Amino acid sequence: MRLILDIAVTHIAGRGRQTLVAVLGVAVGVGFSIAMAALMQGGQDDFVARLVDTMPHVQITDDRRTSSIQPAETAFDAAAISGLRPREDRRGIINPAAASAWLEGWVPGRLAVSLNTQVVVRYLGRDVGASLVGVEPRAERAVSPIVADFVAGSFAALEAGGTNVVIGDSMAERLGARLGDTVTLVSATGRTRDFRIVGLFHTGTTARDEREAYVLLKNAQILAERTNVINEIRIKLDDPGTAPDVARRAEARLGYKAMSWQEANESILEALVVRNVIMYTVVSAIMLVAGFGIFNIVSTITHEKSRDIAIMKSLGFSEGDMQRLFVLEGVAIGAAGSALGWLLGFALVYGLSQVRFELTSTGQEISGLPIAWSLLHYVIASGFALASAAVAGYLPARRAARLNPVDIIRGAS
Amino acid sequence: MSALVEAEGLTRILPAAVPVTLVENVTLSIAEREFIAITGPSGSGKSSLLYLLGLLDRPTSGRLLLAGEDTAPMDEATRAARRLATLGFVFQFHFLLPEFTVGENVEIPMRKLARLNRRQMRDRAVELLEALGLRDHVDKHPDQLSGGQRQRVAVARALANDPPLVLADEPTGSLDSQSSEQVFAILAGLVRERGKTVVAVTHDLAMAARMDRRIHLVDGRVVSDERTAGP
Repeated sequence: MRLILDIAVTHIAGRGRQTLVAVLGVAVGVGFSIAMAALMQGGQDDFVARLVDTMPHVQITDDRRTSSIQPAETAFDAAAISGLRPREDRRGIINPAAASAWLEGWVPGRLAVSLNTQVVVRYLGRDVGASLVGVEPRAERAVSPIVADFVAGSFAALEAGGTNVVIGDSMAERLGARLGDTVTLVSATGRTRDFRIVGLFHTGTTARDEREAYVLLKNAQILAERTNVINEIRIKLDDPGTAPDVARRAEARLGYKAMSWQEANESILEALVVRNVIMYTVVSAIMLVAGFGIFNIVSTITHEKSRDIAIMKSLGFSEGDMQRLFVLEGVAIGAAGSALGWLLGFALVYGLSQVRFELTSTGQEISGLPIAWSLLHYVIASGFALASAAVAGYLPARRAARLNPVDIIRGAS
Repeated sequence: MSALVEAEGLTRILPAAVPVTLVENVTLSIAEREFIAITGPSGSGKSSLLYLLGLLDRPTSGRLLLAGEDTAPMDEATRAARRLATLGFVFQFHFLLPEFTVGENVEIPMRKLARLNRRQMRDRAVELLEALGLRDHVDKHPDQLSGGQRQRVAVARALANDPPLVLADEPTGSLDSQSSEQVFAILAGLVRERGKTVVAVTHDLAMAARMDRRIHLVDGRVVSDERTAGP
């Protein structure tokens, strides 16, 4: 095999310029594939990170996917119950302390309980519907990114206790309220209570900035007249990837609907898969083009070296040896191109990561391109390159291997 | 002593619209230490016969035994392996690999066979080249050598794996008379001193007369197979 390699190398080295072009072809292909993959992956990671950051990884609500089993159903085979409604809809997660204690026991991450209700925020005669989230500020801090998004006041102000509220800046704008003003919250049951605005947040998600308000859990329970009730447990995991498993286990035990962020965003994640398919299609196309360069050079070599092929065969090299020789030549070019492509790809990705631009819509956010550094991109790009090089070398190699030495020797003499 | 090569009714027909018969019904036996000339007019099938004997071509019909072994059932890889270990070729044109030095060219069949280590291969190549008067050219490239020198390198390469049978196709056909004489002397030496069997195709009847046996072909058929008077 060393011998075959030596011969392959001398063949390639003998065609410096053509080899260089073929190698550069592969290198450019590999380099741009890596850069493209880094950008696409970076964009995707950035997108998913935003998605994952802004929402809990697992959200356990007081909904049930199936209605609860009635005693009659377990007692009698023939019993069928449908359309059952409790007399008084006292929803909420039963025994929340036990549930969260159990979760805390094994979930690798942090969790926060909350009570979500619908309220109307009233200020100077203006009413805005809002989703009121009653939270325990210290626990909330660990699961919600909202803490970092304050434009005025802070989330910590809630911790001090008292009837304070934090709302989105868009909502404040609609109400005409400012930090320090007192707004009235009206619950669905008609209870009202005054709260002082101690913080304004801006998450960038309009729906949240316009419609969310945070108060202490106790205050929310009083306002909604649901003492000690919570209806949502949100979990932030150390590894967001484990969310489906955690959700499954929590749901199996607690019986409440536990939704992982993957489930909640299934359609978006599917769209990302489509994006990846498109990307790899383009990568394949690039490599196919690079493959033509390799095919060209190996093909030229086999034509030019047909006399040498005849000689080697007469010396005792088999068809298999000849095939290996020329496939190896293709692969060697592919490998050299890959190595060079890695450098090019690295340089391109580095260059892209240094790009800074202003987002024109807001005019204030300076942002860079989302770039993902992943060895896998390099491996995949060279994988494609080597595979296409092997195929590009194989086709002329097969022809060369089948060459009848007698024809060549006769032709030469 | 069993025959080195045994051919029985060897026939080679080129399939074409009008089939061309290259070699027809050749039966012969070649023993060890023979020095044989195959002669005949152009197109008489001399080279074709040599390619058949050298396993470069397959007969259309007939049987060919190499060292007592039937070659018909051999696959391509096995035939290549036999060429490597038991046959040495010398062609009219030297056919050296131009990218490799003289020494490397001689080493290539040894490396393919991989029976020696690299050190031994090198030593053997130098030894072979030295015996053929090429000691000073080991590290040169073939294009730096004269025609006669290249042909001697080709002989050294043919001997690389110490094969019992050397097949030469017009080995002196493109050489001047002085170089021809040198190459002929080397081939004769292979038989006399190294105990090889040499089968050489030639149209040089004077040269053929100095070999031990002459097989004369006309239109692919053996018309005479006789011992010559010898040198």
